[in-house]
Parts: sequence; C-alpha cells; structure tokens
Amino acid sequence: MTLDTLQIGASARIIKVSGQGALRKRLLDMGLTPGTNVKLYKKAPMGDPVEIIIRGYHLTLRLSEAKNIFVEEAIA
Amino acid sequence: MYNIALIGNQNCGKTTLFNRLTGSRQKVGNFPGVTVDVATGPLRGKTGFIVVDLPGVYSLSPYSAEEKITRDYLFKSRPECVINILDATNLNRNLYLTMQILETQTPTIVALNMMDDVAANGTVIDVEKLSELLGVIVVPISAAKNQGIEELVEKCVKICQSGDKNSFRDRCEGAIHTAIHSISHLVETNASRMGLPAKFSAIRIIENDKEIIDTLALAQNQLEIIDHFVSDLEKSLGTDREAAIVDMRYANIEAIYKEVVKKPGENKSQLRTDKIDKILTHKVFSIPIFAIVMGLIFYLTFGLVGKTASDALSAFLDIAGQGLRDLLTRAEVSGWLISLVCDGLFTGISSVLSFLPTILVLFLLLSIVEDSGYMARIAFVMDKLLRKIGLSGRSIVPMLIGFGCSVPAYMATRTLSSDRDRKLTLATVPFMSCSAKIPVYALFTMAFFRHYRAPVMLFLYFFSIAAGIFYALVLQKTKFRGQSVPFMMELPPYRLPSVKTVLTFMWEKAKGFLVKAFTVILLASLAVWFLTNVSFKFSMVGDSSQSILAGVAKWIAPVFAPLGFGDWRLTTSLIAGLSAKEAVVSTLAILFNVSQAELPAALGSILSPLQALSFLVFVSQYMPCVAAFATLRKEVKSTRFAVLAMALQTAVAYISALIVYTFGMLFTL
Repeated sequence: MTLDTLQIGASARIIKVSGQGALRKRLLDMGLTPGTNVKLYKKAPMGDPVEIIIRGYHLTLRLSEAKNIFVEEAIA
Repeated sequence: MYNIALIGNQNCGKTTLFNRLTGSRQKVGNFPGVTVDVATGPLRGKTGFIVVDLPGVYSLSPYSAEEKITRDYLFKSRPECVINILDATNLNRNLYLTMQILETQTPTIVALNMMDDVAANGTVIDVEKLSELLGVIVVPISAAKNQGIEELVEKCVKICQSGDKNSFRDRCEGAIHTAIHSISHLVETNASRMGLPAKFSAIRIIENDKEIIDTLALAQNQLEIIDHFVSDLEKSLGTDREAAIVDMRYANIEAIYKEVVKKPGENKSQLRTDKIDKILTHKVFSIPIFAIVMGLIFYLTFGLVGKTASDALSAFLDIAGQGLRDLLTRAEVSGWLISLVCDGLFTGISSVLSFLPTILVLFLLLSIVEDSGYMARIAFVMDKLLRKIGLSGRSIVPMLIGFGCSVPAYMATRTLSSDRDRKLTLATVPFMSCSAKIPVYALFTMAFFRHYRAPVMLFLYFFSIAAGIFYALVLQKTKFRGQSVPFMMELPPYRLPSVKTVLTFMWEKAKGFLVKAFTVILLASLAVWFLTNVSFKFSMVGDSSQSILAGVAKWIAPVFAPLGFGDWRLTTSLIAGLSAKEAVVSTLAILFNVSQAELPAALGSILSPLQALSFLVFVSQYMPCVAAFATLRKEVKSTRFAVLAMALQTAVAYISALIVYTFGMLFTL
C-alpha cells in the first residue's frame, strides 16, 4: 500500500520510495527513507494535502506525492 | 573582506539571527532572473566581515531556485565561514542540512538556536559532545532572546581569521565507505582542478548530482569505472544510489542524536501547537477562520488604519500642495513651472507617499502571520483549491490582497518560498480587480445599469478572476511548464513572533518600496503631466483635448473600435488611468467638459450599455497603474518580465472585452 491510502492516526513503515528527479530527491531529503516509521496525523479540510509525523517533526505533502511512498502498516 | 554565509532550514529563526548579527544596515542582493532575496549586511561591531543571508532550505539538491542559490554560494563562492543555524527542538530534521554542509569541508560553526525552548521542554543536549561528533564548534543560542550571539560572533571571527579548513569526518562504513573512497581517489585530480574536495565530489557523484558530475569534466573511462562502483554499491546495499547517500546521512544523524540528546523531554511547543491546530486546521472551522483572519487584515490595512492614515496623509499633502502653489504664484513664477511642480512633481511624490501607510500596516500584519507559523497552515488548508490553477496554498494571501491594491499584493508574494510559484502568482495578482477601479465601476454602472449595479459589478469581478485563472493555466502550460516544485514543507510549531523581526521586516518593505519605486513613479507622473498639459508644438495647453495625450489617443482609438469604444476620449482616460485608476473618471469629466455628476448622462450619449460593459471589462483587466508596474519590476528584478507581464495582461483584457462585445452583439441582434 502507499502512504496516501493510510487512515488518519495510522502508523506505517516505509518500504520503498518511487518517483523521479526533484520529487524523489525531496522525499528522501525530508527523511522519508525506507525503514523509517511514519504516522498519518491529519488531512486538510479538503482531504488533501496530508500532515504526517516523521522523524519527530510534522511534514505536509500532497496525496499525489504521498502516492510514491510505499509502506507496510505496523502490526499493533 | 571575509564572507560569512548564514544557512539553515526554513522556520529555524534564521532571519532573526541575521538581524541580530547585522543590525539595520542590510542590503538586498541582486540575483538576476530569480525573485529570491539574498540579504547581506556587515557583521555588527566588527569591520571587514559580511554576513550573507541565504534562502532557507532543507537540502542542497540542485532543484528549486532557492536551493540552487544556497548551494552555488556554498560550492562556488566558497565563503570563509558558514554559520549553520539549527532549530534545537528539531535536531533530527535540521542536522540533515548540517551533514551536507560539512561534506563541503567549508569552515563551519553551528548555532544551536531555540535553546531556551529546549530547556523549557526539559530536554538536555550535550553541546560539547555534539561539537566533538560533528567536528565543528557548536554555540547554543537563542536568537529571539538575544542569548549567545556575542560568543557566536567571536568564534566565527576566529574561524575566518585562522583560515583552517574542516577535515572530512568519515562516519560511514561498509559498502558506502568503500564506494566513497574508491571514487574519491578516482576523481581526485578532476576535483582539485575545480577546487572541490575529493570526498565531497565522490558523495555528490554517487548521489547522481548532475551539476557536480558535469563540473568535474570526467573522462569516459572514469565514468565507466564510477558506474561499476555504483552498481556494486547498489547491489550490496539493496537500494539505489540516491537513497544510499541519504541513508548514510540519516544513519549518522541517528547515531549522533542518541549520544547527544541525554534526556528527551516532551516537546511543549509541539503539544501546544497540536492543540492550536485542532482548531486552526479543523475540518470545518479552518476555512471560516482563515476568512476571518484575511477579513481582519483587509479591514485593518485598507479600512481602519490604512484609510485613516492615508486620508490624513493625503489631506496634509493637499494642504502642502496648495501652500506650494500659493508660494510659487506669489513669487510670480511662470504658469507652466507652477503646473510642473504642483501637478507633476508634487502629485508624483504624493502618490508614492500615499501607499506608505497601507504598506506599513499590511506588512506588520503579514509578518506576524508568517512568523507565528500560521502562514504554513494557510498553505495547508487552501492548497487543494489553489493547486487547480497550478499554484500552492500560500498564493491565496497575495491574491486576496490584490483586491485591495496590486502594489502591496506584489510585495506580499515575498512570503512564497518558491521562485516559480512567486512568478506565477505575480502574473495572476493584477486580475484581482483592485479597489481603485471601483470609482470607474460606480460611474459606469450608474450611467448604464442603474437597476443592475450589483450584478454587473459581481460579473466584472468574477470575469476578471476567471480570466486570471485562465491566464495562469496558459502560463503554466507554456512558460512554466515542467517547473513544478514539490509542495512538501514543514508545519513548524507556533511561536510568538519577535518584535524586532516583525519591525525590521516592515521597515525593509517600506524602505524597499520608497527607494526602488520612487524614481519610476515620479518619472511616470512627470510623463503623464507632460502628455496631458503640453501640445505637439510644445506649448502649454489649457484644454487637454489639445494635448499630446489626446493626439496619441486619437491615433490609438481605432484599436478599440472592435471592442465598441473607439471614442478618443475614452482612450485618453484609459491612458491617464495608468498613472492611477481613479484618473479614468477625472479625465473623462475634463474631456467631456462636465462635472462628475453630469458625467453619466454625457457617457450615455456616446455609448450603448453593451459598449459600456465592454469598456468596464477592459478596465477591470488591463494593465495596472505605474506604481504597480514599478513594484512588479522591483520584485522580479527584471524590466523585461514586468513589461511583458503588463503587455500580456492588456492583451488578455482586450480579448476579454472583445468576447463580451461580440457575444453581446450576437444576442442583441
């Protein structure tokens, strides 16, 4: 599954980051690297973008960008 | 002269620190082609040191205009010292940029900002340990509270004067270590020829940094060997080259974090932020709250404070102008000179000054919105709406301000961090019909649509917005194609803005406007005066129908015939409207030789309602006044861009009016 399909409040672990060029580099630079845990914290009023917590800070990104992040949901 | 580069993430207090380091003697640098500002200023209390405030970035990749400026400065201009400012409450995120800066082996000093917040959270950071692990001096500071700044300055000066380079700290192991070492040996000669450190070059090569790879001018066999090393690396790590380097940096950061943060306290500012955001980014309340905040800004800027101050100022200027006129008349100065000084020169100066209260109030408020962290939430809440026209959430603020006046709206685009978004927003802003056009709408709707005034005005506003959206979409598909930048940004904790930063920002905006726009507006006012008061024979005219302007207008007028308003007097008023939109009405009154009260009847005799509507559509969309032009030119730092934007916009206005007029004809026939 990808990050954009995560439920609000759900946590997951990143397994792969796809995409190309500037977008992918930015995702990686912001700390969205494979093996990192991520939590979907909130969605904007119109459902997009989303707010996630990663490496202890709050980051916002669009669903179209989140689609590039492949995750597996953490077993609670 | 020593150059000190100030580098840090967005929202880490960089501007506040810059103000602390330099005081008020700042200059905004000129980077041609980009709207991004780079401010410089002398280090306070020292001579021979210049601090360069580079754009706030998260990384040194070569993608956005901001990152390019920061990295080019660091890689090519090679400052004597880098001050890397970090938000200590968010070490993990901020240390990433530090890792990249240290790779360049530029002498660096780390300013650990917001240490007061860290203490309040109960977090303990071992500063000495951090300094030891990073291999550079670390100074704990609080830029907002002016703590630790002196120590930072002293140590920075010492670093500059010693001229010592940083040695590369090898923190990596295994396959990545092997790859970096092998490649750095391979490219050593190329790197030293370009003045780049070999290990730095190796890391950038593995990361697939095309710009650095090109700079190194590697031979074909070198590239082949590198490919071989890289594929070995990818195979043994099971990941790709870009991710491998990012992983290496974050692995280092995690290791450092574990050793340095002795007691992770609970992040109080984050907890407070979460509570505030429960309301401010709430599913239902967020948009109404945004509307209220914007409404309040609008009211304070253009209504209460702005209008009162502007009115008081213009009342004063009227009296001063009259006094000047009397004085000159008594001194028996000739009539044309009095007119030049009072109608040309003085009017120009007054028009510049009259913008001042609005700009001061607006930027006081906007600076608070930005520095408190609310601007990031506006971007979060409004993004989906703005994205449809290729912009991002933050663009909504300058666009809304455009309904008041294009001048401060252009200036407000400064809060957009992406150069592309900024240029696109600048192009769209003037389609938000400004308040100076209201007298024109009022006059014409009074004359032609007495019973439908409100619907006609609404139509004008919406049609203009629609044209603006269309224009933005076209620009995006042509000039700005493929330049879209990822939206990703940090939602920083809410903070009380520092008074000094807010006031400095406000002052800089006002000063910038006065200095840069003054000459252009003054010259334009003089030009308009000349055109309206002088005939082709260079004699003064009492009646403006004999003026050069009227002559030019008579010549241009046929261009507007297809739109239904080929009368030269209307053309003249449109040209006069370039000095200020209010001038459209006053010029018409003069040319028809009637009072403003009789003007509706006079207009009714030469235009049909449809022709009047076409005229209004043109007025609502054609190029803004000279003050706006001067501001746009200053903001984009390019006369070509500004002229082109104005010309394109007038073309859009022409097409819009043509559409309205043609369709109208079809329906009324």
